[in-house]
Amino acid sequence: MSSVAEASASTPDRQRFVLLRALLADPFTFVAVILVAGFLLTAIFAPWLAPYSPVKIDVLHKLQPPSAEHWFGTDHLGRDLLSRVIYGARTALTIAMVSVAIAGAIGLVLGLIAGYGPRWLDAILVLTFDSLNSLPMIMFALAIITVLGAGTGTLIIVIAATSFPSYARLIRAQTLALKNSDYILAERLIDASAARIIFIHLLPNVVGPLIILLSMDIPVVIMVEAGLSFLGLGVRPPTPSWGSILYDGYTSIRSAPFMVIFGGLPLVLATLGFTFLGEGLRDYLDPRLQARRPS
Amino acid sequence: MLTYAVKRIGLGLLILILVMIAMYAAVFLVPGDPATVALGPRATPELKRLLIERMGLDQPVWWQIIEFFRNALTGNLGYDVWSNRPVSTLVLEALPNTMVLGLTALAIALLIGVPLGCLSVMRRGTAADAVIGVLSVGVIAVPSFVVAIYSLLVFAVTLRWLPAIGAGEAGDFASQAKALVMPAAAIALGWIGYIARMVRASMMEVMGEPHIRTARSFGLPEWKIVSKYALRIAIIPTISLVAVGLGSILSSAVFVEAVFARPGIGKLITDAVNTRNYPVVMGTVLIMTAIYVSITIAADLLIARLDPRVRDVFRG
Repeated sequence: MSSVAEASASTPDRQRFVLLRALLADPFTFVAVILVAGFLLTAIFAPWLAPYSPVKIDVLHKLQPPSAEHWFGTDHLGRDLLSRVIYGARTALTIAMVSVAIAGAIGLVLGLIAGYGPRWLDAILVLTFDSLNSLPMIMFALAIITVLGAGTGTLIIVIAATSFPSYARLIRAQTLALKNSDYILAERLIDASAARIIFIHLLPNVVGPLIILLSMDIPVVIMVEAGLSFLGLGVRPPTPSWGSILYDGYTSIRSAPFMVIFGGLPLVLATLGFTFLGEGLRDYLDPRLQARRPS
Repeated sequence: MLTYAVKRIGLGLLILILVMIAMYAAVFLVPGDPATVALGPRATPELKRLLIERMGLDQPVWWQIIEFFRNALTGNLGYDVWSNRPVSTLVLEALPNTMVLGLTALAIALLIGVPLGCLSVMRRGTAADAVIGVLSVGVIAVPSFVVAIYSLLVFAVTLRWLPAIGAGEAGDFASQAKALVMPAAAIALGWIGYIARMVRASMMEVMGEPHIRTARSFGLPEWKIVSKYALRIAIIPTISLVAVGLGSILSSAVFVEAVFARPGIGKLITDAVNTRNYPVVMGTVLIMTAIYVSITIAADLLIARLDPRVRDVFRG
């Protein structure tokens, strides 16, 4: 407790350092940080790390088991599996971060409006959040894909649309709790504008728990992207995705079992890494938040 | 209690109606009419006209929505664009398989997860507690369809202990049970961890209450205190979490059914999405949403019955 008090009294740089140190103290979070950092670096430097092009077809060398030239072997079209797995990290992390950021922004704005705005608007928004939340997520997602057609854009819309209501609910609850606190009342007394109160005073105070929740949802989104791509309803071929690698491997599971093994491992490691990191962040910053559900 | 029940059910119905209107509206907001999308670019004009008539697309939108609800209330959800079979029949054929899968998975998860959570509380602070804690988070994190594919590789392809695909021979219980093992276990794995954590967390709160102290002062053994006095209260939040979580069991079922080529709701709807078969998608979504909303309402009512504080919150 004393370390937190010390940290908040000093500069933000020092604060970050304390957080990192606290995270690295737990062995599982430590491994998680390394895994996540590894995947982030892989995604960023994919073009330099991948030994071959992820989409170059070489049918003469299809379904080759792992070898010195192709560490993870080749797929049914002779594409280098290692390169596809590396670029798959890029696909997975890009979609996860973009869609979670969009959902977080929508949730933040609507949550602030619901919490601070007039009561009738709050009632309408809460009904909307509850309606969306009370749908079985997968049914809603498949309905959107039917209407819009599969693809990366649709995937981002699907994830944003299915996840923003829980963010908005969180922000609304936080805003409601702060709305009648002394410092906000004081602002209102000196005639501060709603925009000033919301953006300068409420926003910084409600955004913390949201960031934890967002980080805890990243592994879920990675799994949804892979799952839908596995079903052929996610990213379009030939874009490499761990889900479509798993599907390609699944169709030749008897002749080339190494494909599902190498396609599934990064997915498992990434979801494990992000989950343990999210857990660590939550335990340190806000233990009251609920654990995530299995996917 | 009655007011609470009426309010809760009313809200559920309202949600269902709003969802269907939104979905219907979405279909019409998309450029290009559903018939063209379903038939593809090479369809002849006559074929298109036939399909438009059959799907009722030549009527105004508001009329279609009313028609859809009127038909839905009488159990008619429209017809499959391709086979022309009633959507309700397709869903009713697929539903039992998915329900058996989901409920088996849930039963496995409860049977293993609840005792694990109790064990964690009894041995709190020890290595066993820590191991259960880490394993729980670990299994929650692993996607169920990857578990499904890996178990397919190990137990069906390599060891040949279990069938790789399908739901077993009709009427043959042993073969159906065999076909159920891997899909159910793949879905259950994450839920074992989730339930263990939830039971542990809510039981830790209960353990500080006076009646537990009393039981302990009587010198009752720890396992008896946990299983008899603490679990009874601690299980309440778990019930609601399980009910809300049925939606994610359904998600897992969709993916896992695809891996094991198991006939069910998942296969029905993914095939329909792939062929842009609107009536089947909408009918399936409507039925599954209705079932899901009813289950969450039932769970809420059950909890309100067990815990009077919930009713007061809703009234407030």
